[in-house]
Amino acid sequence: MKKWQDNKGWLFILPVFLIVAFSAIVPLMTVVNYSIQDIFGPGERVFVGTEWFREVLTDQRLHEALWRQLLFSGLVLLIEMPLGIAIALLMPSKKGFGASVVLVTLALPLLIPWNVIGTIWIIFTRPDIGLMGATINALGLTFDHTASGLHAWITLMLMEVWHWTPLVALLAYAGLQSIPPAYYQAAKIDGASAWSIFRYIQLPKMKGVLTIALLLRFMDSFLIYAEPFVLTGGGPGNTTTFLSIYLVKIAVGQFDLGPAGAFSIIYFLIVLLFCYLFYQVLQSAEEGEQS
Amino acid sequence: MAQIFLDEIAHSYLPETQKEDEYALKRIHNIWEDGGAYALLGPSGCGKTTLLNIISGLLVPSSGRVRFDDTDVTDLPPEKRNIAQVFQFPVLYDTMTVFNNLAFPLRNRGFDKDYIDRRVREVAQILELEPFLNKKAAGLGADAKQKISLGRGLVREDVAAILFDEPLTVIDPQLKWQLRCKLKEIHEKLKLTLIYVTHDQVEALTFADKIVVMYEGWIVQIGTPQELFEYPNHKFVGYFIGSPGMNFIPCSMEDGKVKIGNSLIPVDETTARLANAAEGKLELGIRPLYLNISDTPVDGAFEARVKGVEDQGSHRIVTVDFEGHPLKARIAENDTVPQGKAYLTFPIEWIRLFADEHLIKENKEN
Repeated sequence: MKKWQDNKGWLFILPVFLIVAFSAIVPLMTVVNYSIQDIFGPGERVFVGTEWFREVLTDQRLHEALWRQLLFSGLVLLIEMPLGIAIALLMPSKKGFGASVVLVTLALPLLIPWNVIGTIWIIFTRPDIGLMGATINALGLTFDHTASGLHAWITLMLMEVWHWTPLVALLAYAGLQSIPPAYYQAAKIDGASAWSIFRYIQLPKMKGVLTIALLLRFMDSFLIYAEPFVLTGGGPGNTTTFLSIYLVKIAVGQFDLGPAGAFSIIYFLIVLLFCYLFYQVLQSAEEGEQS
Repeated sequence: MAQIFLDEIAHSYLPETQKEDEYALKRIHNIWEDGGAYALLGPSGCGKTTLLNIISGLLVPSSGRVRFDDTDVTDLPPEKRNIAQVFQFPVLYDTMTVFNNLAFPLRNRGFDKDYIDRRVREVAQILELEPFLNKKAAGLGADAKQKISLGRGLVREDVAAILFDEPLTVIDPQLKWQLRCKLKEIHEKLKLTLIYVTHDQVEALTFADKIVVMYEGWIVQIGTPQELFEYPNHKFVGYFIGSPGMNFIPCSMEDGKVKIGNSLIPVDETTARLANAAEGKLELGIRPLYLNISDTPVDGAFEARVKGVEDQGSHRIVTVDFEGHPLKARIAENDTVPQGKAYLTFPIEWIRLFADEHLIKENKEN
C-alpha cells in the first residue's frame, strides 16, 4: 500500500491541531482581520486592503522604535551570553552545598514578577533614596534615569542583565554538567590548555543549550514591555520607546486597531525572521566548521 | 617505552582510612615489563579502573610510589607522564576533523607543522583512518571513533604506555573482533606497553600476553591464559576464567586421598603431602573440561546423578549431583549424555586443591 493512501495518522494530530488553533491561529487571524479593515464600531467596518500596512511601514516613529529595539537586543545578547557562560564556568562543578547556594541565589531574579522588577529598580536608582542612585550622586556624578536618555538606557540594561543573565548561566551550567569526566581526563592527557578545553570541549558540548538561551533571550528582549513600561514609561522623550511600548500606545492609547493589527503582524514576522536566521547560522556553523 | 613499577600501591577514595575493607586497592606491588601486552581482568568494582587511573596519573594513590623506569612519577600529572589512555566511550573533539583530532596532542606540545603532518599520516595509515582524515570526527561510527582515541595516543612517539579502559564496550560484536586484531597487530609492530582493562575474559585472553586478574582490590594472579586456566592461584581465578568456571567441592584428606562424602578420590603424592600440611578450609577444584563423565561404570569411577544438560552448540554442559554437590562437566556434542546415573572420573593431573581459597602448590607457603 502506498503511503499517501493511508491517512489515518492525521487523526492523531487532530487534538493538538485544535488546541493550537484556538490558542494561536484563531487569535492571529483576528489580528489579520483587524489589519485589513477600518473599524468604526460594532458592525461598521470597511475593507481597506493594505492601507494600514503602508501607513505603519512608513511611520517614522516606528522605524526609530525598531532601531532602538535592535540596539537594545543586540547589546543585551552581547553582554548576557558571555557573562552567563563565564558565570557557569566559575560555578562549583561538584554537587554539594556550595553549588546549591549558588544555584538558588542565581535563580532568585528569575522568580520575581516582571513589573515588580521595574518597581525594584525605580527605587534602587532613585537619586534621593535609592541605593544605587544616591551612591552615584554622592560620588559627585549626576545620575537620573528620568531626566537623561543615556541614564535610562544604562538603568534598563543593568536591570535586564541582572534579571536574565542567570537564565543563560543556568542553561550553560546544565550544559557543562552533562560533559562526561572522561573528556577532561583525555584533554589533560593530550596536554590541552584551559582555553583549548573551553574551545574544543566545553563550547561545542554547550552549543545546544546556548542556542536555546540565545533564542529565548533574543525573543524576550525583543518583546520587552513590562520593565521599561514600569521604569521609564518609554521616556524620557521617546528614548526608551521600544516596539512593544509603541504598539500599546497605538492600540490601547489611540485605539487604532487597524494600524495596531498591521504593526503586530510585522512585529511577529520580524521576530520569526531573526529566530530563523539565528537558528540557521548556528546550524550551518556546526556543519561547516573545519577549524 | 618504559617499564612500570608499582611499589606498594594502595588506594582509598575515603579521606581517612583505617580498615582494610575501605581500600579500593589493597596492596599492589609488581612490575609491568616494557613492551608487554597486559590485560587487567576482574569483575566490576574490583579496582581495575582505579589501578589504571593511578598508572595514568588521573589519581594519586593513598600510599606507595609509581615509577616509570627509574623516574618516580607518582606526583606527576598525566600530561607529564607520557601516557595515553583510551576510555570506555570514544572521547573526541567533535568540532575538529579527524586530522586535527590526531594532531591535537602534538600541537599542544608545540611540535612543528611538517612533523605533525607526517606523524598524523603515519598513524592514520596504521589505523586505516586515511579516508576520513578531512572528515569531521563527530559523524563517524563508534569503531572509527575509538581508533581516533587510540590514534591520539599513538601519534606521540615518546609515549610510555597506552592504557585502555574497557574500550570495546560500545562496539558491535563483529567489529570488536577486528579491532582486537588491529590492536594486537599494532602491539607487535610498535612494541608498545599496553594495559587493557576489561571484565570480558574472551577479550582479555585474545588480547594479552599476560593477564592480571584482580579481585576485591587485590591482584590475585598474573599469568598467561594457559597458566590461569590450568593453575588458578586463587579460587576466584578458577571461577572467573573459563566458561563455565571451575567446580569446587569442600573436602578433607584421608589416607592420602581426597575425601568427599563417602568417596575417596586419589591424588598424587606431592599434592597429598602438601594438602595434609595445609591449614584452613580444604576444597577440590576441577575444570568442567577435564571432569570425565560416562554412562557406564568404569574402573575407579564415582557414581553421580544427572540433573540437567545445556546444549551450547559446539559442546554440552552436563550438571550432575555428586555427594550432594553440584558439578558441571563439559562433553563433546556427539558424546552420549548419561541418563539418570552417571559415572565420574577425576584425572589425577587435573585435580587442584585449595586451602582457604588459595591453590596448594609447592615451594610457596599459603
